[in-house]
This record gives sequence, structure tokens and C-alpha cells, in this order.
Amino acid sequence: MPSDAAFIPIDMPIGVARIAASLRADAPPPKGTTPSPWGDAVFEGITRLFALVVLGSLAAILIALAFAAWPALEKFGPAFFFTNVWDPVKSEFGGLAPIYGTLVTSLIALAIGVPVSFGIAIFLTEMCPPILKRPLGTAVELLAAIPSIIYGMWGLFVFAPWFADHVQPGITASLGRLPLAGALFQGAPSGIGLMTAGIILSVMVIPFIASVMRDVFEVVPPVLKESAYGLGATTWEVVWNVVFPFTRVGVVGGIMLGLGRAFGETMAVTFVIGNAYRISAGLFNPGNSIASALANEFNEAADPIHRASLIALGLVLFVLTFVVLACSRMLISRLAKGEGART
Amino acid sequence: MRIHSPAGFLSAAALAFGVSGAAMADITGAGSTFAYPIFAKWADTYKKDTGVGMNYQSIGSGGGIAQIKAKTVDFGASDMPLESKDLKAAGLLQFPAIIGGVVPVVNIEGVAPGQLRFSGTVLADIYLGKIKSWNDKEITDLNPGVKLPADPITVVRRSDGSGTTFIWTNYLSKVSPEWKEKVGAGTAVAWPEGVGGKGNEGVSAYAQRIKGSIGYVEYAYAKRNNMAFALVQNKDGAFPTPNIASFQAAAAYADWKNAPMFYTILTDQPGKTSWPITGATYVLMHEQQDKPQNAQAVLKFFDWSFKHGQKLAEELDYVPLPDNLVGLIVGEWKTDIKDTSGKVVWN
Repeated sequence: MPSDAAFIPIDMPIGVARIAASLRADAPPPKGTTPSPWGDAVFEGITRLFALVVLGSLAAILIALAFAAWPALEKFGPAFFFTNVWDPVKSEFGGLAPIYGTLVTSLIALAIGVPVSFGIAIFLTEMCPPILKRPLGTAVELLAAIPSIIYGMWGLFVFAPWFADHVQPGITASLGRLPLAGALFQGAPSGIGLMTAGIILSVMVIPFIASVMRDVFEVVPPVLKESAYGLGATTWEVVWNVVFPFTRVGVVGGIMLGLGRAFGETMAVTFVIGNAYRISAGLFNPGNSIASALANEFNEAADPIHRASLIALGLVLFVLTFVVLACSRMLISRLAKGEGART
Repeated sequence: MRIHSPAGFLSAAALAFGVSGAAMADITGAGSTFAYPIFAKWADTYKKDTGVGMNYQSIGSGGGIAQIKAKTVDFGASDMPLESKDLKAAGLLQFPAIIGGVVPVVNIEGVAPGQLRFSGTVLADIYLGKIKSWNDKEITDLNPGVKLPADPITVVRRSDGSGTTFIWTNYLSKVSPEWKEKVGAGTAVAWPEGVGGKGNEGVSAYAQRIKGSIGYVEYAYAKRNNMAFALVQNKDGAFPTPNIASFQAAAAYADWKNAPMFYTILTDQPGKTSWPITGATYVLMHEQQDKPQNAQAVLKFFDWSFKHGQKLAEELDYVPLPDNLVGLIVGEWKTDIKDTSGKVVWN
């Protein structure tokens, strides 16, 4: 700190020297700029306005959805969310099938996506030869840049026929015979269904989850890992006992990000899910998801109750995402509470 | 590219603006995927002949009805004719533009186009989920010489609101009382079975990719994609081949003069050579036109299609409208389409 008027280090850059000079207590005010008393207030006001606009938009969307969905909710009551019927001719709607389909495909996407992303992130941070690190990392991120309709078309034209011919019969014959879990692997080998949609969704969420995991794994202090290695821990022990507990919050955040994408994904799912309003234990059977139902039918739903039912499904998706986000926040705060003193 | 003189540049710009200013804005339409192949062909040829483009979005008949009611397009196209009360409520009129047929298509190894035979009740039972595999007795009884595997049937149908669905379900309702009671007819129904594709294009894609599947598409799609269509037994018990002659035979039974607003359903018509699943695509327009030039352009387009588009229609196995029907349609234009001041648009 310059205490002597003449003291400015000779190797200091000019710009820094200028700032240092102006910070001194007896420095004259900079030429041409007088501090304005309301500058800070305006800035604070504008940024607060932006934040309120975001909150306001969220509230407005929620209110608009609830308002538009009201005719269907009034007619069918809470049973709308628990019955499976979709009859445009008789004007009777119950949204259980799309809700079930959304939940099941997202769960499959996470069940496949989270372990794979974990593996990708660990490989990229711990075990990857430096020469491969950047190309592999870029390749994973490029997966996220592919438009979702391309995934849908790839799923329908390439993946589904291969899956139907070479994988499904084998799985139905082997895993399908298990006593309880076997019921999950039943269904005609058409390649179109909840399982295919879940697999394609998993490919789509892997880049998001893997990128976030890799970023948080990279900021683990090396001294922690080196200490563990120094004590004789294996790579897996270091990952599971040092890296993962340190980055739990980030990992949960990444998973929630992936889950959010899986819930809302429309085009990729609508190509391969089969658009059938049915609930069945067999994952190879066709089903429907909320986003896919909306994409297919909203355009021409002339019957007001039909339209209101579709919007009610949209409201369900909105609330579902909100609930998932709230749960993840609770989980994060619970994890943070359980952590010991930080260095 | 250097601009050598301002005068040259200005004259080139004037020429460009002049040319673009002379061209008429495109007419827009939306709706039926059933008629999309022929509308697309007409639009292409019409643009070459007159320079006016026709922009048609094939989003399904339900979408077409919604769009024309919302006045976002100049005309809507629907394979399901609207009833007079619905037309009056929305201020619309309708007239048929083209007639075509819906055919079932199958994807079974070794089965060629036109080889497999169905009766109406068998089709209804398949779509109800009562017949589940290809070697079911009901199917093999109708097809003694065809080797059918024991594979499960994957039913393919539409996921969006569709006039093709209306024609198909209307036919199934006529031949199967159980279908009529359980499901009914409409552009979107509560399908008991099956995988849903978006548009005729989606159903074609699924039917071509899923082995052991059965779907229903407009005949032009089956023909263009070389799909294995199947024969359906008609009211008189025969198995006609789907083509212009059998569609025309079905259409000949329609009483256009006495049908209010041309409302006629052509499914399950009598006649030994009639194709049982025939339908017409109807064009919907507003009776009172806010933009009379657009309405004139649309009517000019369809007038051209009645006079010059028939050969193109036949190439795709659509049935051109009979002459007396064209006369009735133009008569309707002369009396019903008016602009906001009450003047008739078509002259």
C-alpha cells in the first residue's frame, strides 16, 4: 500500500500505476468523471427489474396454464391425473398414460445416463492420457449440440430396426423369463416403445451430465487426491471416497439438469415412443409422453375440452419439473449439512 | 464484383424490384396429408404455368380445419366433410377437390403388393386387438395360398387428427358394429391398439420399418413407396384392386346434387368393382372474404386443377372429379363466396 507520496514501484504497469495513484487519499478526482450519487441505485434497480421479470414470467406462465387447463380440471377433477383414457370422440380424457410414459422414459434415461456420464467424467479427469483429453471432451460436448430431431430420425431409421432385430428378441427371451423383473422386458419386437425412447433420451442427457460432472471433478483440490494416493488408495477408492463426496452438490445439479432435459424432450421421443395411450409393465410396448402428446395433438384439438386437457398435461409437466427442482435443492442442502468442516 | 456505374446498378435494381413486384403473393393452404401428393404436384405445375405459387402444409385434416377457422391460411383441406351446422357456425363453405382411396398396407416377408386379402370385419378385429398374430384362422381362411408367419401383428395408425383416419374409421364403423360402439369414427379416436405415426408420411415410415406391421395410408403413398397394399372385400363380396377405376366406381354412387354442401361419405359403396374405402378431400374456404384477391387466386388455382390438373391426378391414381360435379362446384362459387361488401368474388 503506497504510504509515501513518491512511492510507485518502477516495474508496475502504467495502467495499474494510474489506478494506484487515484486510490491515494490525497489524490485529486479523476478528470471528467464526478461520482454520481444515483449511478449505483439505477444499476441496482435495473438488475432487480430483470430478476423480477424472470419471476414474473414464471408466475405468468403458471397462471396462464392453470387458467387454460381449468375447463378440463373442472370437468374431470383430480381423477384426470389418475385415469388412463383418451377419447376425443366421446370427449373423455385422463392423463395417466402420458404422465407414466414421461416418468418411465426419464427414469430409463437417468438409469443408463448417470453411470455412463460418471464413467466418462472419471475417465476424462483421472485416467485419460493428456493427448486424448481435449478431443474426447469436445466430442462429448458435441453430442449436446446435435438437434433433437436428428436424434429422433436416427432413432427411427437406424436404432429402432437394429434394436428390434438384434437386441429385443434376445432380451425378451433371457431377461424376460425372470420371475418379477421379467415383466419389464415384455412386448412385441417392433423397436418402437418406452425402452427405445428411454435409450435415445439417455444418449441425449449424457453430454449434459458428463460435462457438469467433469467440471466439478476437475476442481477437486489435487492435494486431497494426492494425499489419498499417498496413503495407498486405489483409483476407485480415491474417486468414491474423496472426489465424489467433495463434488456431491455439483453431481446432483448435473443430474437434475439432465432430468430436466429428459422430461421436456419432444421431437426425439415422439418419433420412437409409439404414441399409444396405454400403460403396461412391458417396456418394449409403445406408450406416450406428455411432450409427445402435446406435439401431436395440440395443432388440431378443436374441441375445447380436448385442448384444455392437453394444457392440463402441460401444467403437470411444469409442476413435475418444479417438484424435481425443489427435491434436488432439499437434497443438496441435506448433503451440505452433513459435510464436516471445510479446509 | 465492382459496380462500374451507378446508372447500371440502379437500372439492375429497378429491374429486380419490377420483376418481384409483378409476381402475385403465394396462396397458402393447410390440412389433409391424404391429398398432399396431388396438391404438391399441382402447385409445382401451376407455378410453371402461371408463376403463382401455392404453399401447402400437410398437417392433417384436423389441423387444416383449425387453421382455416383461425384464418391463418387461404384455404383448408380436410378429408372429413364438415356438416352443415358446423360449416354455418364457422362461416365456411366446402367443395370436393379430389377423390382417392385409402388402402391397408402390410409388411410381411414374402407378401407382394395386392396379394393379401382382408374382409372388413377382419380389419376391424385386427385394429380392435382381437386378432393378434398373422397366422390367425380368420386371416388364413381368406388367404389360402399365402404363407403367413406366426409373428405378432403390430398395428400402425395415426397419432394426429386426420381425415384419412376419418375415412378408415368410418368404413370400420360401417362393417363392424363392435368397432362402431367401442371406438366410433372421427379424425382422432381412442385407438385400442397400435403405434401412432404423424401424418400419412409417419404411418408409411413405421409400416415400412416394423416387420409384421399393418397400417393404412392413402393410395398414392403406397404406390410411391412400393408398399405391399392389401385387397379389401367390398359390399358385393368382390376383391377389387385399388386403382382409378375402382375409386371411380365407388364415387359414381354419390348423389352430389342433393348432398347439402357436398356432404357425402364414399365408404362401403355398392358395386362389384367399387373400392370400399374411398374418400374425397374437401377444400374449406370462408364465405365472406376479407381478402378477395387471395380468394380469387385460390379459386383460379382450383379452376385450373379442374381443367388441367386431371391428367396429373390420374398419374397418382387419384380420381378426377366428374364434369357435372365440377359444374355444381363452380355454381357454388358464383353464389356463395362474397367479399365484405357483398360482391361475388368469382366471375
